[in-house]
Amino acid sequence: MVANDTSQEISLEALQAGDRAEFARLVDAYSTQIYRLALKMLGVEQDAEDVLQNTFLKAMQSIKKFEGRSSLSTWLYRIAVNEALMMLRRQKPTLSVAMDYEDDEDELQHPTQFTDWCCLPEDELLSAESKGHLDEAIRQLPEKLQVVFLLRDIEGLSIRETSEALDLTETAVKTRLLRARLNLREQLSVYYGERMKEEQAK
Amino acid sequence: MNEKNCKSLLGSLSDYVDGTAQEEFCQELERHLTDCEDCRIVVDTLKKTVYLYHSNSDTALPISVRERLFKRLDLDDYLKTT
Repeated sequence: MVANDTSQEISLEALQAGDRAEFARLVDAYSTQIYRLALKMLGVEQDAEDVLQNTFLKAMQSIKKFEGRSSLSTWLYRIAVNEALMMLRRQKPTLSVAMDYEDDEDELQHPTQFTDWCCLPEDELLSAESKGHLDEAIRQLPEKLQVVFLLRDIEGLSIRETSEALDLTETAVKTRLLRARLNLREQLSVYYGERMKEEQAK
Repeated sequence: MNEKNCKSLLGSLSDYVDGTAQEEFCQELERHLTDCEDCRIVVDTLKKTVYLYHSNSDTALPISVRERLFKRLDLDDYLKTT
């Protein structure tokens, strides 16, 4: 397989003029990220593939209306997040309401887990089983925290790009990011705490 | 972790982990960490949590998924272009 050349910057002008070769380059430049995001959100390869396809179909249909106020990648992430959320809502129509979350709901949830698991060996922390648990923990996050965490900490968007992709203020992004990270830390502390007990019992 | 001091530090921990916290905050936090074991663990494991997720974000796009995507977009003719 030879990927389409992505070394040159994608031309928005060409995309909007309907240049198919340029669109193919866009697909190759961003399909891995979009697929990864969808897979982390949905956890099922077939669903992630559907979201990937729908994202680029939507992008193809609406590229002419794109005003370039954010970067192309941020715009694609925005479409993909919406596609993935729509799929989640179709699958679990009641759950998304129950898991809803408001920023001003209450103050930060305080840490309850104080196990120091940092000293576990790296191959234990990132074993296949642990990786599966890392992914599962993301899916346990309330939806609004989950998307912020994925864009910022998995996809590496800046606070500003994340706020553009999700139509949030930068302050809201920061608050949700901290809550997401603290929530994941709690979950991982329980999981790795168990691993430490097992180690000690050996 | 029950002291008022600990709670007030919690809100800026993300900035600290990302290395974007104010110098003044870092000094205050680091001073606090030397005599608060719970907070030291929270900060260390929070850093490690973010680090582990950064290390575990390397999903590849399967070739077959790429092929089906190009077909769905009617871009089959560009599947093998350079």
